Amino acid sequence: MKPQAAHRAGALPLRRMAGLPLHRGAHRRPGAALGGAALLVSLLALLPLAFVLWVTVQTGWATASALIFRPRVGELLVNTALLVACTLPLCILLAVALAWLTECSDLPGRRLWSWMAVAPLAIPAFVHSYAWVSLLPGLHGLAGAVLVSVLAYTPFLYLPVVAALRRMDPALQESAASLGVPPAGVFLRVVVPQLRLALCGGGLLVGLHLLAEFGLYAMIRFDTFTTAIVDQFQSSFNGPAASMLAVVLVACCLGLLALETWLRGAARYARLGPGAARPPRPVRLGWFTLPCLLLPALAATLALGVPAATLARWLAAGGGAVWRWGEIGEALGQTLLLSALGAALATLAAIPTAWLSVRAPGRLQRTLEGSNFIAGALPGVVVALALVSVTVRVARPLYQSVATILLAYALLFLPRAIVALRASIAQAPEELEEAAGMLGRSPLRALAAVTLRLAAPGAAAAMALVALGIANELTATQMLAPNGTHTLATSFWSYSGEIDYAAAAPYALGMILLSLPMAWFLHRQSQGGRGR
Amino acid sequence: MSFLRLQAVSRRFGQVAALDAVDLAVPEGSRTAILGPSGSGKSTLLRIVGGFETPDSGRITLGGDLLAEGPRTVPAHLRGIGLVAQEGALFPHLSVADNIGFGLPRATPGREARIAVLLAMVELDPSMLRRRPDQLSGGQQQRVALARALARKPRLMLLDEPFSALDTGLRASTRKAVADLLAAEGITTILVTHDQAEALSFADQVVLLREGRLLQAGKPRDLYLQPRDTTVATFFGEAVILPARLSGGWAECALGRVPLTRPDPRARAEIMLRPEQIALLPTGTEAAEVRARVEAVEFGGASCGVAVRLQRAEDGGRAPRLELRCSYLTAPPVGSLVRLAVSGQAHPLLPAGEGRP
Repeated sequence: MKPQAAHRAGALPLRRMAGLPLHRGAHRRPGAALGGAALLVSLLALLPLAFVLWVTVQTGWATASALIFRPRVGELLVNTALLVACTLPLCILLAVALAWLTECSDLPGRRLWSWMAVAPLAIPAFVHSYAWVSLLPGLHGLAGAVLVSVLAYTPFLYLPVVAALRRMDPALQESAASLGVPPAGVFLRVVVPQLRLALCGGGLLVGLHLLAEFGLYAMIRFDTFTTAIVDQFQSSFNGPAASMLAVVLVACCLGLLALETWLRGAARYARLGPGAARPPRPVRLGWFTLPCLLLPALAATLALGVPAATLARWLAAGGGAVWRWGEIGEALGQTLLLSALGAALATLAAIPTAWLSVRAPGRLQRTLEGSNFIAGALPGVVVALALVSVTVRVARPLYQSVATILLAYALLFLPRAIVALRASIAQAPEELEEAAGMLGRSPLRALAAVTLRLAAPGAAAAMALVALGIANELTATQMLAPNGTHTLATSFWSYSGEIDYAAAAPYALGMILLSLPMAWFLHRQSQGGRGR
Repeated sequence: MSFLRLQAVSRRFGQVAALDAVDLAVPEGSRTAILGPSGSGKSTLLRIVGGFETPDSGRITLGGDLLAEGPRTVPAHLRGIGLVAQEGALFPHLSVADNIGFGLPRATPGREARIAVLLAMVELDPSMLRRRPDQLSGGQQQRVALARALARKPRLMLLDEPFSALDTGLRASTRKAVADLLAAEGITTILVTHDQAEALSFADQVVLLREGRLLQAGKPRDLYLQPRDTTVATFFGEAVILPARLSGGWAECALGRVPLTRPDPRARAEIMLRPEQIALLPTGTEAAEVRARVEAVEFGGASCGVAVRLQRAEDGGRAPRLELRCSYLTAPPVGSLVRLAVSGQAHPLLPAGEGRP
């Protein structure tokens, strides 16, 4: 009775003043449960890798070596090596040149050119390919593949390079100049070494895309492991031939990962201390302004102008007939539904890992991070192949079910979700939760009232990033989705496969319009960090 | 004999004049401190001398060579001017040895030995050579940055607030080490700082900037004891400023008759004394002595703040209140009467903004 009376009297509702409830251990944190959940997610994410190992063992050395050491695999290896060796240096050169012009020089319209350098991200790689193939039907093979890859993937390098240039302490370049080094020497000896981390990270991302992309290379008729696996899968389901190609593909991906780790080295490249706060003085181009304008103008023409012109041409040629609204509406609806569900699943699955990496960093968390890093490098085709085999053998009812395709999406886009969530959880430091506790909130209510509220925007960003990835996903969707599934990507693909480029155009436009906000978001993010 | 010379150097950023017709002469082998609050233009001045910023107008010469005439300038890498930036700006991707050797061409004979000598000059252990900058403390980073700048034997050394990121104790010792080394090498030096104590102890010549204008330049002692106006006076420390009647090298003020630092033609002006020039003594019997009542005493460790109200007013105004200092051993009790004794000279101040030097 007494406490209630006190409460009624307007006093603080302190329950059981005489005997406060005693809990064992002062800090009961949701650590153990989250650790278990994070471990489970990581194990699931490694499932495709486990499948590859298991299938190798299953196949037996004799069959495996016969399937791996054959001319066809050699051809694909040469193709892949040539593709990476030609595309990556060109991407790096173009990205560094564009980033330097838009960030460090007084090029007219720098902000616009910067957005134009990022905007190709809004166009799915296979739509780039579609644009070029329908413009130049003769384009094929290595040259075509390299051209389209450079145009489609350079933004992945441009973004981190711009961010690195923006973070660089201008005092470093001034110190170098005061030591008698001319501007070109300063660029090579001071600026470029600072870009190493950005180039490694962006280069890895581009390399993994080159290995994993299906639509781009299928359309331009350039054989890579991914296209070969999809061909094998479509002709002979999941035979050992496809699995062994997947083994080699995974080996290539892990090789890239190892190469990047080695190149990156252990050195620290962050600026020492906050450094000078002022932005560096932009380099005056003077007489070189006009020639320098040609580069971003050419890049934008090829990467944005060609797709825009092609789409406009096909839409004009198709007229009203290509706008089959019922069909387009169905594809759009299915795309949005799959994207929303997949995004929710991936974000949920990312919460434990993201939470651990911010709140309880330690050995478990580092191990999980490493395994997620590896899992994130696995191509969609391998994930799809693994899920097909597992569902067919172990869980037949799940084969070609919505649950399986959602799982594939979650595995494919988990790294994106973790990165976005980690940043937002870091926005809500533990001290705030403790402050809520001091003000009388129970731990769970403190979590809900403070941390979840603060992390919500990041969770939304994570979901948006995953959803947009899913909306443009082609390979896994084709291999895993239930019969009768039509997304924007698969509908686009089947029409362009029938050379009905006009009918495919509205779907391409739909995917671009859906992706534009993400490209804009990434561009805005790259412009942050220093007010201009 | 001036080595570095700035003549009417101006620089605007939009509507703001970062530097407004600044004239400056720096003698060879001297140490000059450029002092000013943030936004006073001191960094712009340093960056224009270094060649990282272009003046809109004006002329800069170094040892007879023209460095800038209006917007036509010699690029930074051809000036032979060394720079130690805030926090050192060491190249994070290079070892200490490679940082120090950055400005020495690879083919320089005895390059390794020279790097070792430079490291020894800044009193760092040879084992540091293979370390990365992030493995050094802030003070060590500054020493490496100095060694790196010295490697090229610069004609002029620019120090851009290099001690501001260091802890108080380390700041004083690093400053002394840097000053001694630059003096031993005979290198003309310009230090930019917002810390007046640092400027006074480091430099032969102190230059005070405010809103892009040069307020006063001179020896540290002169700026402290003979500031041009109230702004300069209060910038360099606590000041007692009183109205006075001037005549024949003497000032008549609330503290009695005080000699002036220099004759002044004006009949009335404000004069300045530093608090340490005014001693608090027990009252005597002389009728002419200046008496004051103690209003507050604030304990402050080695010296205490004592606020006193003078017992007589000049020209019928309210008796002035002075903030003085004394040792805690001799601090008088609150409410007691004390006698004030002035030593040294009072300095007549110009009205703010008048009579540019």
